[in-house]
Amino acid sequence: MKILVCISHVPDTTSKINFTDNDTKFDTNGVQFVINPYDEFSLTRAMWFKEKQGASVTVVNVGNPTTEPTLRKALAIGADDAIRVNAEAQDGFFVAKQLAEVVKNGNYDLVLAGRESIDYNGGMVPGMLAAILDYNFVNGCISLEIEGTSVSASREIDGGYEKVVTELPLVIAGQKGLVEEKDLRIPNMRGIMMARKKPLNVVEPTEVDVNTSTSSFEKPAPRGAVKLIDADNIDELISLLHNEAKVI
Amino acid sequence: MSVLVFADSSEGKFKKPALEVVSYGKKVAEQLGSTVVAVTINVADASELYAYGAEKVISVSNDNLSTFNAKGYAAVLTQVAAQENATVVVVDSSVDGLYLAPLLAVNLNAGYASNVVALPSATSPFTVKRKAFSNKAFSNTEINTTIKVIGLAKNSYGVHENAVTGSSESFDAQISESDLKVKSVSIEKASGTITIADADIVVSAGRGLKGPENWGMIEELAEVLGAATACSKPVSDLGWRPHAEHVGQTGKPVAANLYIAIGISGAIQHLAGINASKVKVVINTDPEAPFFKAADYGIVGDAFEVVPKLIEKLKAFKQS
Ligand SMILES: Cc1cc2nc3c(=O)[nH]c(=O)nc-3n(C[C@H](O)[C@H](O)[C@H](O)COP(=O)(O)OP(=O)(O)OC[C@H]3O[C@@H](n4cnc5c(N)ncnc54)[C@H](O)[C@@H]3O)c2cc1C
Ligand SMILES: Nc1ncnc2c1ncn2[C@@H]1O[C@H](COP(=O)(O)O)[C@@H](O)[C@H]1O
Repeated sequence: MKILVCISHVPDTTSKINFTDNDTKFDTNGVQFVINPYDEFSLTRAMWFKEKQGASVTVVNVGNPTTEPTLRKALAIGADDAIRVNAEAQDGFFVAKQLAEVVKNGNYDLVLAGRESIDYNGGMVPGMLAAILDYNFVNGCISLEIEGTSVSASREIDGGYEKVVTELPLVIAGQKGLVEEKDLRIPNMRGIMMARKKPLNVVEPTEVDVNTSTSSFEKPAPRGAVKLIDADNIDELISLLHNEAKVI
Repeated sequence: MSVLVFADSSEGKFKKPALEVVSYGKKVAEQLGSTVVAVTINVADASELYAYGAEKVISVSNDNLSTFNAKGYAAVLTQVAAQENATVVVVDSSVDGLYLAPLLAVNLNAGYASNVVALPSATSPFTVKRKAFSNKAFSNTEINTTIKVIGLAKNSYGVHENAVTGSSESFDAQISESDLKVKSVSIEKASGTITIADADIVVSAGRGLKGPENWGMIEELAEVLGAATACSKPVSDLGWRPHAEHVGQTGKPVAANLYIAIGISGAIQHLAGINASKVKVVINTDPEAPFFKAADYGIVGDAFEVVPKLIEKLKAFKQS
């Protein structure tokens, strides 16, 4: 089995979000970038298939050279090799098209991605990629087993989960549950040393129409100060929620 | 030309997001000078949608689609969109909506904007406001394609009555074997509890509760309010509560009308997932807890004293 894990390079969850150039660009000043948290679940699951079922694991990112440390981190966790498609990620469809080329050229039969990137929260790339490739697709995936080409998986639904069966080739958008959080892999010293020698191939993008573009960013309006209510005056809270906020 | 909305259903009934997308679609159609067409799958009587502005309802019934199937549903919507000459297609942001929308967008060669929170601010270029950076910002996104797919964020537009005399017709969708290659085997659902996705009110508790044995009062408070229960990440990591209750940036998003946070500090990752909720109430012993900066109403106090009193007072309020 040839596995491709799609790695999105995103601001660390504690990042302060600011914009520059008249609110048209994300201000990366002082921002620490990490592997998208959802992709960590997929990457760890991929390592399991590598160790238990002899799969090969390639990681890929569509991005400029600044994303390479993130790919190296994925190599240090245990991926065999990495590919960077040398292009600014324009929108979900653009990224999906670039990834589709990588999948076709490398004949990957399992593509593992994350439920969404925590930066633009699109939740677009995995589904679009599956549709472009005509691969089967499971979104919000919380368990995945593969025997030969037979796949059994579960996905999260409102108030529970659904078990599904399908076949390779397949795209998965994973999240917590795919592996347990305590089992998430982090790079160790040996991994980091080995990662330096692993191949990181840079490929040029194909041309794609850009379907959507961001004209500007804005921050939420500053909120009013909290109204503090005395712990002995619960009636006031109830009255505020009923009469002022009108939510009960 | 038309605006197509997908009114998702569960066991033949519409949920709030379906009524919200119809309400939204009606307004978008007004902006564009066109009409709104709602599509339903395996719903016997969809006339409820007329009250929210659906001028036309297209009903698809198909035994192969008795449970949700993303590719199959996307195939149906693709065919109806072609028949109705749709230029805008609106879906909700339920787990089903998020699953099918990217497939639909590729089928239709459409630009797709997810997490949209408002009506288009302009129709040429077609511009919508979307959530980004886990609720820490918004992006104004232009969609440049002829057909546009919009994923409407839950509770962002609201349900608005707008009665029209609608008409209904059935549509015979062509579903092929290859549309059904992901097959449902079983569905496990906790019965009788309100899910975070469905709830108007969410009662959430954190590590301040000390241990799982103390959740009785949280559940009782939720019951009095008709609310869903939720928790912070460490609480689910510790196994005090099920993973499905974990809310925040890396858990479930909460876009409720009322979010009550009890013994939760208000870390940035927690707030990122619940900020889209309209009204936030915090109960915390520590007046310096960051959550107070993000809340509308706050009580500085011990949950073990405040929550039982709140339950008692709310019961009295509900009876009056
Ligand atoms: C990559 C990453 C992703 C994360 N994603 C999420 C996420 O999605 N969701 C999430 O929730 N967290 C997330 N976190 C964790 C987050 O940073 C915080 O650690 C977490 O939210 C804290 O949970 P808590 O508020 O329950 O616990 P604590 O921080 O321990 O806070 C407990 C609070 O309870 C109060 N308290 C104590 N006793 C009482 C009492 N008797 N009555 C009332 N109040 C009391 C205390 O004053 C304190 O404010 C993430 C962290 C990382 C690094
Ligand atoms: N630029 C990118 N390069 C590689 N993979 C990506 C990229 N953007 C998104 N993905 C993958 O697609 C998933 C969903 O991302 P998104 O559609 O941006 O929310 C992520 O979790 C990644 O697995």
